[in-house]
Amino acid sequence: MNARVAGFPIYTLVMAGVALIVFIGIPLTTNSFQTFQFANVAAFVIAIVGLNILTGYSGQISLGNGAFMAVGGYTTALLAAKWPLPFIGFVPYGYTIPLAGLVAALLGFLIGIPALRLRGIYLALATFALALAVTPVLNNYDGFTGGHAGVFMKSATPPFGLDLSNDQWLYFMCWAIAAILYVPAFLMLRSRTGRAWMAIRDSETAAVSSGISLAYYKTLAFGISAFYAGIAGSLFVINNAYVDPDSYSLALSLTLLIGLVIGGLANVWGPILGGLLVVWLPYFAEKSAGFRLGPISLGGKPDIEFGIVLILIVFFAPNGLTGLIGRGIRWYRSKRDAGRGAAPLPAPAVLEEATQGGEPSEIIG
Amino acid sequence: MIAPVALLSVRDLTVRFGGIVALDGVSFDVEKGVTLGLIGPNGAGKTTLFNAITRIYRPQSGDILFDGESLLRSQRHDIIRRGIARTFQNLELFRRMTVLDNVLVGRHTEISRSRWYFLPAALGLPSVRRAERMARERALEILEDVGIADLAHRPVAGLPFGTLKAVELARGLASDPRLLLLDEPAGGLNHEEVADLVGLIKHIQKRYDLTLLIVEHHMNLVMKVSDQVVVLDFGKKIAEGSPREVQEDKRVIAAYLGTAEEDGAA
Repeated sequence: MNARVAGFPIYTLVMAGVALIVFIGIPLTTNSFQTFQFANVAAFVIAIVGLNILTGYSGQISLGNGAFMAVGGYTTALLAAKWPLPFIGFVPYGYTIPLAGLVAALLGFLIGIPALRLRGIYLALATFALALAVTPVLNNYDGFTGGHAGVFMKSATPPFGLDLSNDQWLYFMCWAIAAILYVPAFLMLRSRTGRAWMAIRDSETAAVSSGISLAYYKTLAFGISAFYAGIAGSLFVINNAYVDPDSYSLALSLTLLIGLVIGGLANVWGPILGGLLVVWLPYFAEKSAGFRLGPISLGGKPDIEFGIVLILIVFFAPNGLTGLIGRGIRWYRSKRDAGRGAAPLPAPAVLEEATQGGEPSEIIG
Repeated sequence: MIAPVALLSVRDLTVRFGGIVALDGVSFDVEKGVTLGLIGPNGAGKTTLFNAITRIYRPQSGDILFDGESLLRSQRHDIIRRGIARTFQNLELFRRMTVLDNVLVGRHTEISRSRWYFLPAALGLPSVRRAERMARERALEILEDVGIADLAHRPVAGLPFGTLKAVELARGLASDPRLLLLDEPAGGLNHEEVADLVGLIKHIQKRYDLTLLIVEHHMNLVMKVSDQVVVLDFGKKIAEGSPREVQEDKRVIAAYLGTAEEDGAA
């Protein structure tokens, strides 16, 4: 058990190796649509990482991060396929991605300022209004946005003559960006900045008396969260090679929140599971035609099945799937240690769960 | 001879909530290095005074000078940078964070004063790693001093009440304050824990070269640790002096025990 290679425990290396094989194997073994779906998972993971910073760690509930995705998505679509810039012409896809993040971050920062006055359910409602406004606003300014008809783009093709299909290239690009964005989020959350966010979530009074400026850290959380959402929106548009106002309906914002809660609030790995689930669960629900529960046919009713899974998770895994997995690992370890006759670690499950972030109700309340 | 400037000087301070006068022209000075006990019956205005010093409440009139400069011009989150930290009557801990992280939040302003800290932090730059490591070492030292270093990596939620009090104290010490406000440190502790607390307060006062302002109902503790005691009743200062002087003051005894006429109302 204690064997190490190059300083890493063998167990960790094996897990990393398996993850790498799965990661590279997915686009090589799945069909084009499935590869495309997995690329979308990466975009959702990025968006949920952003929402995790805002809602999971800072405790500021947002039902409106879909709006920031819309800003990022339209930044990319308009620059790359609708409005050529003077002297430059259409901006190549790749360059629009960071721009999309920055434009969305600016909006997030601006939204964060009025949001300072709102808390809990009122903040949820205000961000909800933001999400509601997206589609009508995009439709209304159709001269600029293309309106209902949307914006069509050329599909992204692999650069440097790489021998990949378009979907495989998108898959690797999206996941590479997701990996690149995961690290700074993780590092920030472990630092003074992340502690300030969590402090605000747990007690604003004590945070302020510890020298934390609520105004600064809340708007910062909004800005960074929107940055991630903007990049996710941009990747989403590049994947689909098309964007229209209905891509950013209220459902998108809700999907992000659902993904976050299912994955596990304030958990580093939550967004990955959440992203996988929000992309694949509706797909499988759609697929499972003919599934019957007694006299009731659920087949082909993805919303109902999605809802049922959601309710089950909220009831049986209030800390999300990562919380459930963590509980499973602890249970396995305590069994194993007990089997060896070693003294079980004094690690009461209640205490450890407390660090997994709160239940949604705690954040709204 | 010039009188030394008091570290904290409360001058004619009045705080009103609607028609209720919570503090009514209260004045007193605290010299550097002194432990001042602030006592009085429930509703006397003790916590209100703390909240005025830490800018949670805005006084209607009067002033609070720290090191000769008014605190009323500072924002709430800047008070700690002036050198004033506090604990809370009803624990205000970050309950989903570990003990160590709670203390590290207390050191927030000492780790860096840069607004842009999040950028080097996101990149994991060596300057940030060094600042974080130094803060962690300091926080562990403080936890050692209050006797809970072994619990550093435990989440706060679920720890016993007495331990939580120690976590708050450690968080208060983490900013290297010059003035520490303790709001009912003995509240909710049992007899034995209060005895330990007396020793702990004296120990940290010396070790951290602190000036202490303590609101407390537990008379025994106040009398043991205080150099000076201020007594409030219905928002007014009714007595000030050494613990012995205050204990013998007739108005203080009347305020606590009630005079014959007030018995019925109390």
